Amino acid sequence: MAPQIHWMLVLFAAIFTNNILLAYFLGMCSFLAVSKTLKTAYGLGLAVTFVTTATAIINYGIYYFFLNASTSIFGVDLTFIQYIIFIAVIAAFVQLVEMVIDKYSPTLYMALGIFLPLITVNCAILGTSVFMVIRKYTFIQAAGYGLGSGLGWFLAIVLIAGIRQQLRFANIPEPLKGVGITMIVTGLMAMAFLGFAGVANLG
Amino acid sequence: MSGPAKRLIEKGTLSDNPIVYQILGICSALAVTNRLENAFLMGLALMFVLAGSSGLVSLLRKVIPKRTRMIMEVLIIATFVIIVDLILKAYAWDAAKVMGAYVALIITNCIVMGRAEAFAIVNPVRLSLLDAFGNGIGYTWVLLVVALVREVLGTGKIVFTTLAQTEIMVFPAPLRAAMDGQFPLLLILPPGAFLVLGLLIWVVKASQGPEKEI
Repeated sequence: MAPQIHWMLVLFAAIFTNNILLAYFLGMCSFLAVSKTLKTAYGLGLAVTFVTTATAIINYGIYYFFLNASTSIFGVDLTFIQYIIFIAVIAAFVQLVEMVIDKYSPTLYMALGIFLPLITVNCAILGTSVFMVIRKYTFIQAAGYGLGSGLGWFLAIVLIAGIRQQLRFANIPEPLKGVGITMIVTGLMAMAFLGFAGVANLG
Repeated sequence: MSGPAKRLIEKGTLSDNPIVYQILGICSALAVTNRLENAFLMGLALMFVLAGSSGLVSLLRKVIPKRTRMIMEVLIIATFVIIVDLILKAYAWDAAKVMGAYVALIITNCIVMGRAEAFAIVNPVRLSLLDAFGNGIGYTWVLLVVALVREVLGTGKIVFTTLAQTEIMVFPAPLRAAMDGQFPLLLILPPGAFLVLGLLIWVVKASQGPEKEI
């Protein structure tokens, strides 16, 4: 896309106008499964934000140093294996983070611990890396995009968790309870976020 | 077809549908359903990856060490996804461009991982393939229904560009003239996906009777 976009704008757009969950539908599985209470949603949101930002930066380096023909040190086009590499990096990074947190901060591990394995298969994270390559971001834009995607997902899951806590007392038809109503509320939320459209656009 | 095989297919397509009941694979169900054709291609792609990886995981289930099984499963799935991605790029370039990222994201599509982990790793090849097939059909029909509702109501026509070169006008001409080409665009935009799928889940659950909560 346009390589001149300022990284702050990429960050802003990734949170509001091109929200990874509300506009690109990524990370729905854990979004639906872990949004029952505000506290767990908050913990998972933090973990996802951190991992998304870090893996976007690492995958950016790997893609342009080893895979992309014109900038790689091998000079060979290896982009066809990018997906395997990306998912392996994400899995390895999550494992590493888990071990580090476990060793140095048991309290944080207790808070985040159970969410970390879930993150590996959160498509918002792989999606961020894939979009970053498709849109040909520069390094600083990619970092901004990673952070923005993570924060956007964080915002969406915390908002829906707050709404779901209140929904528990609402009178909803039995078959619509749970996923059905969550999906419809998310649709209304996505509609609200459409109000940001036009402020910035990532294409 | 024998009893258990039939039950596996029935479970995957309806009573334990991956999208409606297992809540797996929602991302792509929402993302590619703004056009019927893309939904169909996505369904085919997923079915291929699902059958391939379930079959292979099942074939290797006695060889794969328990501790590294997750990584093995991801690598097997990623391999099949790359094959599909390259085939789509070769034969359906326009569709591949639109769906690009979402084809790659079949890797993290929970249906594939879920079936590998929950079924294929402990069951023989034939049953795993049937299970994959049932779930693939279950996924595809939900996608097709959502896409049909969104494209028809959102644009008033069905456009084919890859499988055929044609446009089907769904509504009769007088109605189209009366509407002046104004269809609720909202259904094509992201919120429409959430609303239509939410309502579909409601309809299916209501027709199937009470079921477990996630």
